[in-house]
Formats: sequence, C-alpha cells, structure tokens
Amino acid sequence: MYRLDRIRKVFADGTVAVDEVTLDIQAGERVAVIGPSGAGKTTLFRLLNATLRPTSGRLWFDETDLESLSGRRLRHLRRRIGTVYQQHNLVPQLRVINNVLAGRLGRWSLPKALLSLMSPQERSIALGALEQVGIIEKLYTRTAHLSGGQQQRVAIARALVQDPDVILADEPVSSVDPTLGRTIMELLVQLAENHKKTLVANLHAVSFALDFFPRVIGFRQGRVAFDLPSAAVTDTVMAALYAGVETSPVVSEYA
Amino acid sequence: MRSSNLQMWNTWPPETPRWNPAALLAMLIAGGALAASWQIAQVEPSLLFGAQGRRHIWAFLTGLFPPDLSPAFLQLLVMPTIETIQIAIMGTALAVIVGFPLALLATDRLCFVGIVYEMDGERSGVRRVARRSLYLAARMLLNLCRSIPDVVWALMFVRVVGLGPFPGVLAIGVSYGGMLGKIYAEILENSPEGPIEALHAAGASKSALLVYGFLPQVFPHLVSYGLYRWECAIRSAAILGLVGAGGLGQQIELSMRMFQYHETSTILIIVFVLVTAVDHLSAMIRKAL
Repeated sequence: MYRLDRIRKVFADGTVAVDEVTLDIQAGERVAVIGPSGAGKTTLFRLLNATLRPTSGRLWFDETDLESLSGRRLRHLRRRIGTVYQQHNLVPQLRVINNVLAGRLGRWSLPKALLSLMSPQERSIALGALEQVGIIEKLYTRTAHLSGGQQQRVAIARALVQDPDVILADEPVSSVDPTLGRTIMELLVQLAENHKKTLVANLHAVSFALDFFPRVIGFRQGRVAFDLPSAAVTDTVMAALYAGVETSPVVSEYA
Repeated sequence: MRSSNLQMWNTWPPETPRWNPAALLAMLIAGGALAASWQIAQVEPSLLFGAQGRRHIWAFLTGLFPPDLSPAFLQLLVMPTIETIQIAIMGTALAVIVGFPLALLATDRLCFVGIVYEMDGERSGVRRVARRSLYLAARMLLNLCRSIPDVVWALMFVRVVGLGPFPGVLAIGVSYGGMLGKIYAEILENSPEGPIEALHAAGASKSALLVYGFLPQVFPHLVSYGLYRWECAIRSAAILGLVGAGGLGQQIELSMRMFQYHETSTILIIVFVLVTAVDHLSAMIRKAL
C-alpha cells in the first residue's frame, strides 16, 4: 500500500521533521505509530495523506509515485486516503449529515456539492455510515452541538463515506476521555477490519497500540526507532523510545 | 533550585526604568507635529469664542429651535427619508457584489499559501506567479476603492450619471465595496484551518473547499460585518445629498443655504432616529445569527 524510500521533510525554518524514513506498509495491515510528542508523527501522516510533499526521498502509494502527481490526479489519489484527526476537523457550523457527506466532495461536482448543502445528496450512504458509528439520531444536528466523542464518530463516518483504501488516524482518541477513547478505538479497528481497509494510527496511548495493532512503529526525532510486531515491544524497547524526553511515556491510557 | 533562587534575588527589586532616548525623541516629534498643525491648520479659538463667534453660535443655536414639525414640512421629508434608507440598502448590496469576489481574490489562503498549496505550489511556477499577481491586483483595487472617500466618489458619479440617488448608491457601493472586500479577506484568512485541511486531504477541489470549508465557518462574521457597514451606509447616505446624490442630505443642504435652521434641526433629528433604529435592528439580527 505504502512504500517510503529515505523520505525527508525539512521545513522552511530548518526543522527536520522527518529524517530518512524508509518503510513498507502492506494492504490490509494495521500499524500503530508511537513516540514522544514532537517526534514528527503528524508530519509523517501529512506526507502519507499527500498534503505535504517530501523534501527528498520517494513515496509510493499503491505503486504510484507521488512525485509524479499534481493537480487533478493528485486530488483523485487523495480520495483513496481517509484521515481521522485528533481535533475531528469537522465544520462546526454544518449539520452532521453535511459533514459526513463532505467525504464525498472528492467525487462530487461543485453543483452537486452545493445542492447537497440544501438537500443532502446520497443520503443513504451517509445514513449507513452514521449507523455504523452509532449516532444515526444526530443526522440533522448542528455539528458544534455534539460532544467530543460524538464528533469523532462523525469524523469516522466521514472517512467511511469517502470509501478510501487506507484510513490514517492521527491521534484519533487523544481528545476524549480514556474509556470513551477505547470504545472509539475498538470501533475504528472493527470498521477497518469489516471494510478491509488498511489502518495506520498515530497513538499517544501506548496501551492502545499494543492492544489493537499487530505492528508497532516507534518514531523518535523524525526517524524510525523500531518497527516490531507488538508482541516484541518490551519495556526496554519502550524505555529507549521515550528516553530523555521530559514527559514520561503514556503507558496507561489513564494518563 | 538554590541557584535559581539566588538569580532571582540578583534581579530583585527590578531596576528602575530610565528615560529611553528613543521614547523621548518620539515625544518631541509628536509635540512638534502638534505645534505645527496648530499653525498650519489655522486654529484660531478667538474666531469661535470671540464676540462675533459667540453671536454666530447664538444665532445658529436659537435658529435650530424649535424644530419645524409642521405637517407640510414633515410630508416633504417622507420621500427623502425613504430614499436615504434605499440608497443605504442598495449601496450596501452593491458593496457586497463588488467586495466579495475581490475578497476571494485577495485572500492569500485561497490563492497560494497554506496546506492547500503545499503540494501544488512549488510546482507550477507560472500559475503561481499569475495567482499572486491577481491577488496583488485585487488588493490594490480594494485599497483604491476605499482610500477615496465616499463623498468624492459621489461627486464623480454625479458628473457621470447626473443628480439623484443613483450616484449615491454607486458611491457607497464602490467605497464600501473596498472596505467590505478588505475585511472579508481578513475574515476568510482567519477561518480555522483544521476542517479545510481535512476536506483538502479527502480530495475536495478548491471551489468545494470554499463552499464547505471556508464560507460556512465565517458566514456569521461576513453577515455581521455587512450589517455593520449598512449602519454606516445610512449615515453616509444622509450626507451624500450635500453633493447632489439624493436623500436627506439634499434637504440639509437646502435648509442651510436658506438659513432655515429650524428645518435643519428636524432633519438632524430624523437622521438620529434613523441611525439609532438601524443600530438596534442590526444588533437584533446579529444576535439571532
């Protein structure tokens, strides 16, 4: 699904966010990326969802070299990558159904998108997605009126409606309480499994990574520190990943 | 711990601030500018408060009272009052039509910066330059529109389309279009980026981003500022008549020229009531948003 070859991202201010990262992710895999904050995980995800261009190195998505794409073809590729964000990134002023259907924007023409704001198009797709995330009754609520957990469900529904090949989840449960976080994590994993989507998640809570993901990548200072099956991630490995970092590792999800 | 405490005591109490030479110089310049303005602007308090000045003030103030509330005169003012409101409404509508598209072109995040352009920006050099020049042209046009006062626009439009309310509408439309466009661009540039990034990452086109990401997030602000401009437009519409662009201003000018100050005071009262009413109305609408 993904092939990264010595990917580097250097920002205009000279910060090296991602440094010589080489890795492969197979279709259907479930991969967690963990590491201290500031390690460049979010930048890595922006490279993976084709919203940032690497400074050097090459990135293939499903055999397509991203370097060769721009404009419309790049947009068409983005449709195949769904992203769920920590801050949900929904449009608070829109109704839930329109936020969910925003996942279709990559496929819709502008007139259809406009029409949908007044009379939601492809309603059944939105209903199906909302049913799967369990908040179908909020269909016509203004998104701003939902709780954080409900908004994250809407964001997941938006990703489902987009029907991508891979779902990237960038700290998907860091902004909700731990119990709810676990429920939402379970939902995300189960949906990825049911729909045969590749799932790559950037996680703050190490326990989620170990419980839900067969493969765990440790990320530190822009580099891959380890890339192991979750069973092989020992305390020693974890301690090395977070060594010298001011905040202690969030081993428990109750941190 | 200990060393940091020591450091703290070293800088305690804080040094007494001294006169900063730069601040002193700035004050001298400001004082000089004030003195020069007194001279050049020919400020002459004796003209206002001298014997003759006092007489004129008295004549004017007594002339204002009582306001002329005769039915005939009030009836005469009905049409100009309605006209003033209509000039403000039409002018503001025109300002939105002029300002909004220019605002879109003058919003850098819609044209060439931000996450939306991270992937495309570096690539197509020619289109990037074209977009940037369009952006600069829009900014300049907006500046031009609003740097010329509405009264001056009205004077020019009176020459072009003749006397009456229409040049007033055009004047407000153009000068307020400049202000609306500038503020709208600022509002759009400050719309939260997260949702826009998410839609962009899902493959939405730029026009889709505009209608789903940018506009819904800032719509209440756009309407609110438009209403505020409409309030200002009522005031403008009331004076544009002074240069022949219709409305109550024409009546003010007429009554002043004829030394009918009691008529002037009636019109001023109407303007006051009108502006206050519009203030309240738009406050009510904004609250409901």
